Amino acid sequence: MEEAAEIALTVNGETVSARVEARRHLVDFLRLDLGLTGSRLGCEHGVCGACTVRVDGAIVRGCLMLAVQADGADVWTIEGLSDAGEIAGLQDAFVARNALQCGYCTPGMLLTAAEMLKAGRRMTRPEIREFLSGNFCRCTGYHAIVDAIEAVMAERFRD
Amino acid sequence: MKAPRFSYVRPESLDSVLELLAEHEGEARILAGGQSLMPTLNMRLSEPRLLIDINRIDALKGISLEDGTVRIGALARHAEVLESPLAAEHLPLIADAMPHVAHVAVRNRGTFGGSIALADPAAELPACAVALNASFVLASTRGRRTVPARSFFHGLYETELAEDELLVEARIPAIAPGYRSAFMEFARRHGDFALAGVCCHARVEGCVLRDVSLACFGGEDRPRFAAAASAAAEGRAWSEEVKDAVKAALGGELEPEGTFHASAETRVHLAQVLAARAVDRMLAAG
Amino acid sequence: MTDRPEAAGRPLPRGSARRLAAGRGRYADDLRFPGLLHLAFVRSPHAHARIVKIDPAPALAAVPAAKVFTGADIAAVCTPWQGKMDHLPTLVSPPQHAVAVDRAVWQGEPVAAVAAASRALAEDAAAAVAVEWEPLPAAAVRDRTLDADAAPAHPELGGNLAYAAAIRAGDPEAALAGSAHVVEACFSFARHTGVPLEPRTVIADYDPGEGRLTVHGSHQAPWHQQDTLSRHLGIPEHLVRVVTPDIGGGFGIKLHIYGEEIAVSAVSRILGRPVKYTADRLESFISDIQARDQRVEARMGVDADGAIRGLSVDALSSFGAFASYGRAPVNEGMMTISMAGGPYANGHYEGRLRIAFQNKPPSGMYRAVGQPIACAVTEQLLDRAAHAAGIDPVEMRRRNYWAEDAFPLRTPGGIAMDRLSLRQCLDRLVAMMGYDALRAEQAALRRSGVYRGIGVATFLEMTAIGAERYGPAGARISTQDGATVRLEPSGRVRCVTSVIEIGQGTLSALAQIVADRLGVAPEDVGVVGGDTALAPYGGGAWASRGLTIGGEAAWRAAEGLRANILELAGSILQADPAGLDLAGGAVCDRATGETRITLAEIGRIGHFRQDTLPPGVQPELAVTRHYAPDDVPFALANGVQGSSLEVDAETGGVRLLGHWVVEDCGRIVNPLLVEEQIRGGVVQGIGGALFEECRYDEHGQLLNGSLADYLVPMAAELPDIHVGHVETPLRGTALGAKGAGEAGTVGAPAAVLLAVNDALRPLGAQVSSLPITPEAVLNAIAAAA
Repeated sequence: MEEAAEIALTVNGETVSARVEARRHLVDFLRLDLGLTGSRLGCEHGVCGACTVRVDGAIVRGCLMLAVQADGADVWTIEGLSDAGEIAGLQDAFVARNALQCGYCTPGMLLTAAEMLKAGRRMTRPEIREFLSGNFCRCTGYHAIVDAIEAVMAERFRD
Repeated sequence: MKAPRFSYVRPESLDSVLELLAEHEGEARILAGGQSLMPTLNMRLSEPRLLIDINRIDALKGISLEDGTVRIGALARHAEVLESPLAAEHLPLIADAMPHVAHVAVRNRGTFGGSIALADPAAELPACAVALNASFVLASTRGRRTVPARSFFHGLYETELAEDELLVEARIPAIAPGYRSAFMEFARRHGDFALAGVCCHARVEGCVLRDVSLACFGGEDRPRFAAAASAAAEGRAWSEEVKDAVKAALGGELEPEGTFHASAETRVHLAQVLAARAVDRMLAAG
Repeated sequence: MTDRPEAAGRPLPRGSARRLAAGRGRYADDLRFPGLLHLAFVRSPHAHARIVKIDPAPALAAVPAAKVFTGADIAAVCTPWQGKMDHLPTLVSPPQHAVAVDRAVWQGEPVAAVAAASRALAEDAAAAVAVEWEPLPAAAVRDRTLDADAAPAHPELGGNLAYAAAIRAGDPEAALAGSAHVVEACFSFARHTGVPLEPRTVIADYDPGEGRLTVHGSHQAPWHQQDTLSRHLGIPEHLVRVVTPDIGGGFGIKLHIYGEEIAVSAVSRILGRPVKYTADRLESFISDIQARDQRVEARMGVDADGAIRGLSVDALSSFGAFASYGRAPVNEGMMTISMAGGPYANGHYEGRLRIAFQNKPPSGMYRAVGQPIACAVTEQLLDRAAHAAGIDPVEMRRRNYWAEDAFPLRTPGGIAMDRLSLRQCLDRLVAMMGYDALRAEQAALRRSGVYRGIGVATFLEMTAIGAERYGPAGARISTQDGATVRLEPSGRVRCVTSVIEIGQGTLSALAQIVADRLGVAPEDVGVVGGDTALAPYGGGAWASRGLTIGGEAAWRAAEGLRANILELAGSILQADPAGLDLAGGAVCDRATGETRITLAEIGRIGHFRQDTLPPGVQPELAVTRHYAPDDVPFALANGVQGSSLEVDAETGGVRLLGHWVVEDCGRIVNPLLVEEQIRGGVVQGIGGALFEECRYDEHGQLLNGSLADYLVPMAAELPDIHVGHVETPLRGTALGAKGAGEAGTVGAPAAVLLAVNDALRPLGAQVSSLPITPEAVLNAIAAAA
């Protein structure tokens, strides 16, 4: 029962251990302690989705989870998923369609899109939009993002 | 903003959670999914001395069916409930409501018990529990008790839970043959808390509704079992006249607060519109 | 010449996109500085209050290493500023301190700064600073700020009126009196803020040894910041350097001078250490500039055949607590009255503007400045007039556009217009959206109680504004941009620009432009910007100017380098430069296309083997050029937007079904960039039309200051947005590009407002306040019943 704790977890496939303040949320831990700055803070109250990371196989708001809660967890960020090549198809599609402008929301968008692909089927544009509805982008009109995801689904899940 | 300082503990058993709650009565907060608690911490709106993380307590997990009652463990994530074939089959109202609960990443982490225990008046699940006449099992070092949903919610973020008590699970009657349900809400944007919402559950015989249970949320300080509106529909063939009677009854019993999102009048009006549409949809589903 | 197509005009992916998509963007908050201190601010909880006493003791007890700075502490090293415009002597705005001294004039104004080793510790300490307040009455209700009994936002000014202006042409009273149909409405446009996803962030590092200040920050106008820091902190300008890393969106929000950001440099100067401040989202809502916030009463008169006879517009606008510093704070209101009626032939016009102070965050430039208001007012009145005259809205517009042979002209509002493509854009839009089919569907559905609406709105977008508009104001902002283009020894090309990249892809477009001039591939051109110590002086990223001005500068610099390369090649080859050309990464024979010498060889000789050149030949393989608009005061883009939507008459909900835009931004360098700029702009406009509003109570307390309560448009509520183009190159420039960054935002609110009212018309209801909330729709329907 302390204001700090030792944690051990895997981040992007590598084992990490650290002593963290209890109040430090997961994204600050990733950004400040591990230098993984691809996960970003846009609101820090769980609305914008810029901090989206994958924990134990499912996307979560990184600002709504404490780093101490990730003890023992398997965490993946945009950096790890990029290096592993898992989201290369999505990244190609985003780049080809200019589905990003300032790029601040893009890691969160890509992690959400990757989760969408797990359903293993083509979604309609309204379904894609609904799935993205927790990720705020102020620059694009979302249209190109939907195009990019739709294209990857069409390629991957041919009927 | 960064959260204020607090201590953190992650007990391994239910008993130790309850002991900690008893020991730190009033100064500790339970950390389940954290999807509502964490924003209040990050905004420094709450400053607990201790967070008790219950995420590793297996006894609080899972969804099961026992004797016509679905048990949803307090730690069942929204995503788990949403994807549960058991919930889809036996709790179609909740299956219907769940896609309206926030967004994917929040549903992956947020818990059923957390939503109930927080008692946000605009949340979907407390209203579903009220409509379905669920009950909640509360535990403390003093023992266990079961409280009906319809008397659990006391007011804005206020419930029957004592400061040393933990919500352990919800027990919800599985839908019986002949019954149908429908969920409708009106929100400015998908996943937002609704301006108004309605849960409807009844036995449908042709176009006659029986054992009607209508619950409303999103305007008052807690979810309401709309007794008068339910009675207005009871045993009658659904018609424009009955629809008007239900709307009138809702107008009589709902006493929402106006906020900058919508006035009290608008919220009542929306509840009336949604209630009529929910019944229409329930009947059409047959 | 080779047959390789030019890069400009092609939908090439942006060079930086792959890096950003891999999460390798480097935004200000990502940067690391040794010895860094973090700043947190103590803010006023009152909209208006006297600061009786600030006691730092409890903060130091909570965090002993913390350092607390009051407004007076900051003022000792930093002079206050005033939002004045030299050519508008009647404009008043009191001095503004970086951190308030004596009195706070909006809820959220910083009153003390606290430095500590981490942001969390700085917040711990800031929360403990004890401030004693004496609350004062606040001017907080826009429409009552000019009433005789209104509380003053600044008691020393003797009233809340900050500025008043009027425009008049012809005889509007007589014209309106003689009209067959007169329509009028009172519009309200809510207070907005820009909500860039990356909050404002700044890191200042003052080196006492050299007296040098280096600032890294998320800012759209680092040159403006450099000037301000130099003058108000008293540091010679050549010792101030402002660097902008990747920027997570701006939209005008990051264009301004903010007290917190200047205070960061002041504290760094006092402590001699790097100091950082990142706004959190809650702070953004109470400290980022806010915009719009106007009431507009307007009347339009038309003939029986629909021709506009006269227009009258009376706007009440708001400054918040201060006129924004160093730019053109009156513009939100001035754009409203100068752009209203713009696309349409009319000789009788009056525009009246009053701007009032309120105890709210300062107002400033937010994407499209005033133009969405001018557009919505004009287009809504035109729709109502069309209905009164029994004319289809599309036909109504066609009849009223300026005649093709009328250009160039100056509108009654004072807007200089060169060639526009209004009819072409309208025809194209009508075809793209399937206007006739939508009308038929609308009529059929109405019979079954479904209320569909269609809105078609013409917009103008004032882009790339030149010195004529800022210079006389005394604004120390450059409307010129510059570029240096350099041939590297390898034959690759580097371009250093004063343009700031905030997500539009401008730097990639510059690469396309430079590549074409030098006969290389765009990927062989490296473009960097965002460093006031290294780049040519310029303006930055605002007013949709990146390509129009920065692109032209890059074009000219590349042309200059091209001439130098050919001259050097002539010396090396003993050939006449006039017979040489650049293509395929080489100097070639202009007539035959045969390669004579590669750029790599030119680079090698020019940089390393000057000894082999004839005497007197100095290779000049870097060229700097600047460009400021000269023969036009700004570049006027134009277009038309269409919206199709459905109103749920029982819930008041609006469901967007489709949105179409045809725009003319002159020559398009990269359609991929333009189209998503347009779409993003449309979405911000839709935000204003349906969702966004800073809601204040009558005491000036913000009611919805979080991202959960200030509703921004998200993917699920939005329709597909179809974009078409007409290209009318900008006269007087080699490139011919006009800006495209604000077009979407200008026209979308009008298109949606018109469509909602088109849907509501059979119910006898109309709305004229934005955002159009479900409650407003329900109230309008109830009022009509």
